[in-house]
Amino acid sequence: MTSIPDSRPLTVAASHGVHDHQFDDSAQQQEAATLGMWLFLATEVLFFGGLFTGYTVYRSAYPNAFGEASRHLDLVLGTVNTGVLLLSSFSMAMAVQSAQLGKRWRLLGFLTSTAVLGAVFLAIKFTEYVHKFHEHLVPGSQFVFSGPESPHAQLFFSFYFAMTGLHALHMIIGIVMLAVLMVLTLANTFGPEYHTPIETIGLYWHFVDVIWVFLFPLLYLVSR
Amino acid sequence: MTHANVPENYLNASWGWRSWLLTRDHKRIALLYLISITLFFIVGGFFALLIRLELLTPAGDLVQAETYNKLFTMHGLIMIFFFLIPSIPSVLGNFLIPLMIGARDLAFPKLNLLSWYIYIIGGVFTLAAVVTGGVDTGWTFYTPYSSTYANSNVILTALGIFITGFSSILTGLNFIVTIHKMRAPGLTWLRLPLFIWAHYATSLIMVLGTPVLAISITLILLERSFHIGIFDPKLGGDPLLFQHLFWFYSHPAVYIMILPGMGVVSEIVTCYSRKKIFGYTFVALSSLAIAALGFLVWGHHMFVSGASPFAGMVFSMLSFLVAIPSGIKVFNWTATLYKGSISFDAPMLYALGFIGLFTIGGLTGLFLATLAVDVYVHDTYFVIAHFHYIMVGGAVMAYFGGIHFWWPKITGRLYPEVWARIAALIVFIGFNLTFFPQFLLGYLGMPRRYHAYPEEFQVWNVMSTAGASILGLGYLIPIIYLLWSLRYGRVATENPWNAMGLEWQTPSPPPESNFAATPIVTEEAYSYDIHT
Repeated sequence: MTSIPDSRPLTVAASHGVHDHQFDDSAQQQEAATLGMWLFLATEVLFFGGLFTGYTVYRSAYPNAFGEASRHLDLVLGTVNTGVLLLSSFSMAMAVQSAQLGKRWRLLGFLTSTAVLGAVFLAIKFTEYVHKFHEHLVPGSQFVFSGPESPHAQLFFSFYFAMTGLHALHMIIGIVMLAVLMVLTLANTFGPEYHTPIETIGLYWHFVDVIWVFLFPLLYLVSR
Repeated sequence: MTHANVPENYLNASWGWRSWLLTRDHKRIALLYLISITLFFIVGGFFALLIRLELLTPAGDLVQAETYNKLFTMHGLIMIFFFLIPSIPSVLGNFLIPLMIGARDLAFPKLNLLSWYIYIIGGVFTLAAVVTGGVDTGWTFYTPYSSTYANSNVILTALGIFITGFSSILTGLNFIVTIHKMRAPGLTWLRLPLFIWAHYATSLIMVLGTPVLAISITLILLERSFHIGIFDPKLGGDPLLFQHLFWFYSHPAVYIMILPGMGVVSEIVTCYSRKKIFGYTFVALSSLAIAALGFLVWGHHMFVSGASPFAGMVFSMLSFLVAIPSGIKVFNWTATLYKGSISFDAPMLYALGFIGLFTIGGLTGLFLATLAVDVYVHDTYFVIAHFHYIMVGGAVMAYFGGIHFWWPKITGRLYPEVWARIAALIVFIGFNLTFFPQFLLGYLGMPRRYHAYPEEFQVWNVMSTAGASILGLGYLIPIIYLLWSLRYGRVATENPWNAMGLEWQTPSPPPESNFAATPIVTEEAYSYDIHT
């Protein structure tokens, strides 16, 4: 491969906007960041995929137990939580739009409401966990489930806690990142020129939301 | 390397431990990896040494059965997760990918440094598990032994592997984005060096496979800590589900280890035959084919686990398919040699060794993909010999070849050629003496994972241990002369091998920003025919 030295200097050209030294311009940096986040989400799909596979295997092996156990989940709280999360995704989408328009205070407002809705989701989830604990539906030696399907029902609750727990962990990480974005917004980091972090964290937030959209019917609605 | 007359480069641009431990320069991070994986290689090699010493005699006299279980477990874990998987990608890939595509750095330099720290943290967890009693589950962590019955440090070890996995994911992600978005003007996909194609395919596996290992290990940790029962037969759980999830990652992981080596061999074979690669597009796309097919063959590790015969036949057939892209590579390298102007410098010796040994490893893999043969040799030394021909004969040979080939670029010094050729020959002889007898042992029926064996197997075991000593010497010599060359080696020019490729068009060692000006590519890769 022969190469002819290019006339373009390596120093950062001011007209290209703010970007890290390894990139030629901010457009390249934004494309790279977006592709990076999509790839990360692909790894997340595979990460949750292991659990979804396990769930599918056991549900087809023990359909009655999974149905019966599923009816012990709180449909009202689950539905409300689905609504809360979808609303948070709407709020996140509005935050991205505000950033694109350069409306700083609106951006801050939507970031805050997204994080608050996320926190509400976690609070409701926590309440559900406490109920399950009192009803002795947490897998382990304290697990009590009447009927012949008891061991297999415990498997259902293993998946319930593993999947919703992992999802909740992702929500917590998301809320922390939203808090960082709020601080950066206050520091006037973002504008119509540069708002890649808002978009990539937005992608992450929507992804976590989509995971729940699959979890809700699989766990709460399988036999209703 | 501290002479005042040396022009400014990435090594002397700044000083002090901070400038290394907080660096974002891909070249310095590659060196951090080089040092750390070499240390892990020595630790893993030490366990191998103890295993071979125990097997010198039929009686279990050096260590007890339990200790032996821990030795082969820790040898496997450290060599796979802390040496082989990061070896070529994290050292050579990290150093060379931006240079080969004419970029100033990887797309995410901070993420690159983070992945080194994650690797180190995972390594510390695993080493902590080793020194506080070790782990005896085998590197495969099979349930229900690992989740319920094992009394060793499963949790700490599994956490270490879980953490290290994220290092691999971030490295793969960084490479893919870099290769997509940072190529120099004119460097189209079909002009990329095959090293880059191999790393692209490797990165896809890292990004798509490793999270499945992460979730399988998470489930083991949950099962062991909270007894949730997903793999517990008492609750209707299925231990085989773990094997499926584990091998869904761990078979493709084999290709994480071998594909980068194939990339290295393509670079070396062309340079030392002074010829364009034969069938560029086929070699490039066969990397992707190996990555894709690699995800469909995990069931061949479970032929005797009680999976259905139909599943066995499907997995057997799919496993045979992997031979096609692998064969394409071997035939194309051979065709590249044909009528080439070949010189037998040390990197070429390693590359030729790779081609031969990988072929033996690959062909015996076909034996194992055959259902009936696998039932006979499953869990014997035949399997051990097979995968060591791929992992050591293939991946480690390529790693050593690559380290020699790019040593002048990395350090600015030439290694001593005569010593390097001697060492390469010693490695080749030692390797074959170590592992070829194991094919015979396996075929004669010696099972793996036992510290004692019937007396009739001793001859072959003595040969194997003798070979391992020679192999160990073969690895020790390069470590010594490479360190020696840092101070006393001849100063390397920009392009000591007269090689093609953008990395050879910048000074050795390269400046911090890699190139004085962004290069423009006007030709296909490996235009040796035109320029010699």
